[in-house]
Amino acid sequence: MPGVDGFIYPNEIELQWSVLIVLYPFITGLVAGAFILASLERVFNVEAVRPTYRLALLTALAFLLVAPLPLQMHLGHPERSFQMYLTPHRASAMAMFGFVYLWYLMVVLLLEIWFDYRRDLVLAWRASTGLKRRLYGVLALGSDNISPASLRLDDRLGRIVTIVGIPSAFLLHGYVGFIFGSVKANPWWSTPLMPIVFLFSAIVSGIALVMLLYVASCWLRRVPVDMICLDTIARYLFYAFLIDFSLEMLDLLHRIYEADESFRALDFMVKTRLFTSQIVLQIVVGTLVPLGLLALVQVRRMSARARRAIYVVAGVLTLVGIFAMRWNVVIGGQLFSKSFLGYTTYKMEFATREGLLPAILVMILPFVILVALVRLLPPWPDRAEVHEG
Amino acid sequence: MEVNRRAFLVDSGWWLLLTGAAALAWQHVEAGTPEAAPNYTTTDHWWAMILDIEKCIGCGNCVRACTLENDVPREPGCYRTWVERYQVDPADREHPRVDSPDGASEGFPEITDRPVDRLKIFFVPKLCNHCAHSPCVQVCPIGATFESPDGVVLVDTARCLGCRYCVQACPYGCRFINPRTHTAEKCTLCYHRITRGLTTACCEACPTGARQLADLKNPDDPIHEFLRTHTVNVLKPQMATGSKAYYNGLDGVVR
Repeated sequence: MPGVDGFIYPNEIELQWSVLIVLYPFITGLVAGAFILASLERVFNVEAVRPTYRLALLTALAFLLVAPLPLQMHLGHPERSFQMYLTPHRASAMAMFGFVYLWYLMVVLLLEIWFDYRRDLVLAWRASTGLKRRLYGVLALGSDNISPASLRLDDRLGRIVTIVGIPSAFLLHGYVGFIFGSVKANPWWSTPLMPIVFLFSAIVSGIALVMLLYVASCWLRRVPVDMICLDTIARYLFYAFLIDFSLEMLDLLHRIYEADESFRALDFMVKTRLFTSQIVLQIVVGTLVPLGLLALVQVRRMSARARRAIYVVAGVLTLVGIFAMRWNVVIGGQLFSKSFLGYTTYKMEFATREGLLPAILVMILPFVILVALVRLLPPWPDRAEVHEG
Repeated sequence: MEVNRRAFLVDSGWWLLLTGAAALAWQHVEAGTPEAAPNYTTTDHWWAMILDIEKCIGCGNCVRACTLENDVPREPGCYRTWVERYQVDPADREHPRVDSPDGASEGFPEITDRPVDRLKIFFVPKLCNHCAHSPCVQVCPIGATFESPDGVVLVDTARCLGCRYCVQACPYGCRFINPRTHTAEKCTLCYHRITRGLTTACCEACPTGARQLADLKNPDDPIHEFLRTHTVNVLKPQMATGSKAYYNGLDGVVR
């Protein structure tokens, strides 16, 4: 059989979960990470990251809106997915996705963004005309009360939502980890560390993404980058990454030392089929190099320009590394046979429903949504004033 | 715009109640009426299967019979049952050589590349284990796959989403996605036959009696005597799935 080494069960010829399912944890991870960065400012009063607060919220929203799309595209019967809301099977980890998702979207993100933007929405509503006026009116939900008392209330409610939001963000991504970590049939997935590893890698990827988007937005708007903000974000990225890397290494060490019946098969897989994506991309290029770069900035004095360049390189590599990690979990977990006697290959198609092309489009879509959101709800105060004038 | 708190709470209460009621009603509509099976009471049975490795000759009759009986797609990766051939070198038991060409639907080719008299060679017929604590049933997000009261794991193809989580969750590789219906598929233990007093197609077609359908709730079923007098094991017992595919003479190297 081409692409197959050793013996695999006859039904294991086809990989069940494709690149689209790689995108699912990647995207939800970016959401959770971006939100947690935003909460730093709001709940823990880290003033330095204030310039990225709204950008992080909008980023989380843009990606969250796209998160169910790859799942939907992957289903054999997408038209039946609504059944998950009507008749969820309570024993199933996957059944809760719809509820966790809706909770996070409706109760956390939309509410927080709305409370934070309400004053801007009302001002834009008052200042604009025609269709735009109607749109802002709808977005403000018809309420134009921006008295100091009501704004104080908004702030208080927004804070409460954020406090509820942090455990929700943990839930959202920890839960995605549980979907994989609870499959006892698959030793590559089945570890109680999975939700925690997913969570920390989510925080890492979300922080890296918002950091890059912030630098890109400053560059596009031709305004100077707030280096105190950038340094602070990079520091948080470094700390989160250290924890994430330690957890992943703990998992690896544990597997190597315990060397249970699946170990030989997994070890062989990592050294052959997953070598490029696991050892090279995930561990070396996507983790050790960015960690080293971020550590370098912590110990050496450098110019703002050099630091900025390092942050951008480290941010991009981090995203590559986290994407590789998702790939290695989802695809890697399907390359070996559950008989532990053989291996199969993932043949990615291009222009099919689950091919590379739709995956690329799904990855571009959140950025398109983000641009639209930024136009509609400018996350930078100075621009908002200009916009209203 | 002032909203009365009481009115708001009453309204939201109604909405919550109605959504729940609608969901229940819809579930009822979707469930439909069960197909009539006269003289068959599901709670009177608890189905299992005995697979006797010492009797299996690897002819593939069971695979062919299953394919015909259940209209199994003749495509790679679509097997409700299959047979594996193990070649175990006593000096290297950790690396058995296993094959199952086309699920053994045409039997096995002769072994010519190594001395067979130095090897332990045997056949392992496989099918859904109809586990009593099925991981596949546990993970299905909408309950489209379920354990019937008579101990058979079934898939409701009219409800299955095709999310493939159950395929991932099965430790034995017994499930696949039917390329025609895009839903999960697996052995039904010929449910349409056993509820009419017949045996499964694979058991019927087996020339050596290596497969025996058994009813654990029937005190007269020979399975009780068989389990008492033979060394029987299930596949991957460490998975604790409550497997009901009992193998006689199962070598520990089998996965």
